[in-house]
Amino acid sequence: MIEFDHVHKRFGQQVVIDDLSLRIESGEFFVLVGPSGSGKSTLLRTVNRLVPVDAGQVRIDGEDVATRDAETLRRGIGYAIQSVGLFPHRTVAENIATVPRLLHWPPHEIRARTAELLSLLHLDEPGMGSRYPHTLSGGQQQRVGVARALAARPRIVLMDEPFGALDPLTRESLQASLKAIQRDTGTTILFVTHDMDEAFGLGDRVGLMLDGGLVQVGSPLDLLHAPADDRVRDFVGGTRARLRELAVRTVGDNMRRGEQADGDPVDADASLQDALGAMLSQGRDRLPVQMHGERVGAIVLADLVSRRA
Amino acid sequence: MSAKPAPLIEGTALPVWVLSAVGLVAAWLPAFLRVAPNRLLTGEALSPHAWLLAGGWLLAVACSFVTVPAGRWVLALLAWTGVAGLPLLAGADARDVLAHATPFTRVQPGAGFWLGWLAAALLLLDRLRGMRKAWQAGAWFAALAAIVAASATGAFDGLSLVREWQAQRAPFAAALGEHLRLAAVTLVLALAFGAPLGWWVWRTGRANGVLVGTLAFLQTVPSLALFALLIAPFAWLAHAWPALGALGFGGTGGAPAVFALLLYALLPVVRYTVAGLDAVPADAREAARGLGMSRAQLLWSVQLPLGWPVLLAGLRIVAVQTIGLAAVASLIGAGGLGRFVFLGIGQGAMDMVLLGTLAIIALALVADLLFQGLLALTERRA
Ligand SMILES: Nc1ncnc2c1ncn2[C@@H]1O[C@H](COP(=O)(O)OP(=O)(O)O)[C@@H](O)[C@H]1O
Ligand SMILES: [Mg+2]
Repeated sequence: MIEFDHVHKRFGQQVVIDDLSLRIESGEFFVLVGPSGSGKSTLLRTVNRLVPVDAGQVRIDGEDVATRDAETLRRGIGYAIQSVGLFPHRTVAENIATVPRLLHWPPHEIRARTAELLSLLHLDEPGMGSRYPHTLSGGQQQRVGVARALAARPRIVLMDEPFGALDPLTRESLQASLKAIQRDTGTTILFVTHDMDEAFGLGDRVGLMLDGGLVQVGSPLDLLHAPADDRVRDFVGGTRARLRELAVRTVGDNMRRGEQADGDPVDADASLQDALGAMLSQGRDRLPVQMHGERVGAIVLADLVSRRA
Repeated sequence: MSAKPAPLIEGTALPVWVLSAVGLVAAWLPAFLRVAPNRLLTGEALSPHAWLLAGGWLLAVACSFVTVPAGRWVLALLAWTGVAGLPLLAGADARDVLAHATPFTRVQPGAGFWLGWLAAALLLLDRLRGMRKAWQAGAWFAALAAIVAASATGAFDGLSLVREWQAQRAPFAAALGEHLRLAAVTLVLALAFGAPLGWWVWRTGRANGVLVGTLAFLQTVPSLALFALLIAPFAWLAHAWPALGALGFGGTGGAPAVFALLLYALLPVVRYTVAGLDAVPADAREAARGLGMSRAQLLWSVQLPLGWPVLLAGLRIVAVQTIGLAAVASLIGAGGLGRFVFLGIGQGAMDMVLLGTLAIIALALVADLLFQGLLALTERRA
């Protein structure tokens, strides 16, 4: 659990975090989203004390981070950044082992953990562990960066636009990997992005940040359906918000149970966006829905279009 | 048959025949040897084998206009013979002269020898280019080996530089030791003080601050003046604290010399330390801190390995600079090879000056090679 309690931060005359309070639950995937310069990175960096707060407290499981030894604190928190920051003179395996080594894990445990992470992040080409960062593609480097952040099994991971510099396909695949790992391990993730689609795709909850303050915090659907004010409405995309919503909602929650339809079926846990795509490509306005290979109902275009409460 | 000789060095149009022509002129016009009645007087010109040399160079000129492969090989062979043979010829001629001369007579290589030798070496360099590395190294090594082997049999004992060295063997060894010690102590101290100072300058962003400004100003003080200026304060120090004086501390000698050399060495060490730290990517530093490395761990396991090659390049420059500057240190009684230079100038004994100068140049070259080797070693690992 991470708590921000009336946090203030200024750089010189500029107020960057303005009396911000927020509580992130254990095991939650929380996404901070907002335009560049709104203070997201600064807020993230107060958690591992790379930025000291001017007033207020940041607490982890009830304990003020300012009272903890900075290095010990950081070794317990995963950290991944957009520019990755791999150590160019160290191999992939050595990079991943950074924190376990700082924590003096026994060598065989480090080796086992490194191997595990390489396969978890789909870096399992033979010889990958002994390659140097400059021989990797951008996507591979970022995977190594994420593996390094996860290496010591931290209960909290901070990620600052980690996929910002990647092409859309690579980004999607990394997002999927991360989401799956987070679900399996129950890690608390605080994730920063300026990309609304990424925020809605990943976050259990999303906090919209503007000018050093949180304008609205809630589930993606909360922000889409009930924007707190016009600034939120603009940021979630105006008329495009409905398209984003389709990406967040699943077929299973919106189908007509037991009804029949013709055509190639879509999966119940696919997004409505996928379903719409399938309807467009098949030229139909309703499609069968399947779950574990069994037909369970139908998804209907009219239901996608009608505004639901 | 067209005359289209290859250029000597990439980007220049100096053709091979020009070099051969230079050799030809060198064989005739300037003195191959100079013979003097004693070590203090300048000698008369003597070129005993001018015809032989001229013949060789004429052949070289001819070959440089020939495009058949054999011509290329003959030219390479001629050049090699010149590189290895000219010193031997000079040594043999000197011995002949000395056979009918007084014991004080000195024979030294003249401009003709040096020019001819240089032309032969450049020609060999040119002819070897494009050949396999092993061949190139082999050719130079063979020439060097021939000269070294000949010197072991006393082939050069007649040349005055060698006679000077033989007469000064003990003081020469002592001076070499002193020179090495001065340079080594300075280098170690420069690293010990300069690297932390550089780190501080980098961390506080004071690259244009008072410290760097002062060090930069010191660089502009002529070395002779700096050495002289330090005499008074060091004498005072030794006077104020007799314990220091007992340790060999004083207005003259090693202490002020090392101090002055250190003042010159600090700026490059500080500058290259800052450059080395700047060479570490900012994102790697950010990640290191964020993952929980302490400042010491960051320095030791990220900044040092990534910045080391830059710092090493700086130390290479400092080493060469210090070895050169240490020559002046002999003026304030710190010893070193500079003593030969200044004593030689005082006595008008050019052989002595040359002996000191050549030794300093050789020392600087060896240091340069040593650091280059270290640099290559670290870069291979990275
Ligand atoms: N170390 C710093 N010194 C001075 N100003 C800073 C520093 N870090 C961030 N800022 C300023 O604080 C504001 C918020 O920055 P940041 O937290 O990086 O925003 P975001 O991550 O949302 O783009 C920006 O105006 C930035 O210029
Ligand atoms: Mg940012």
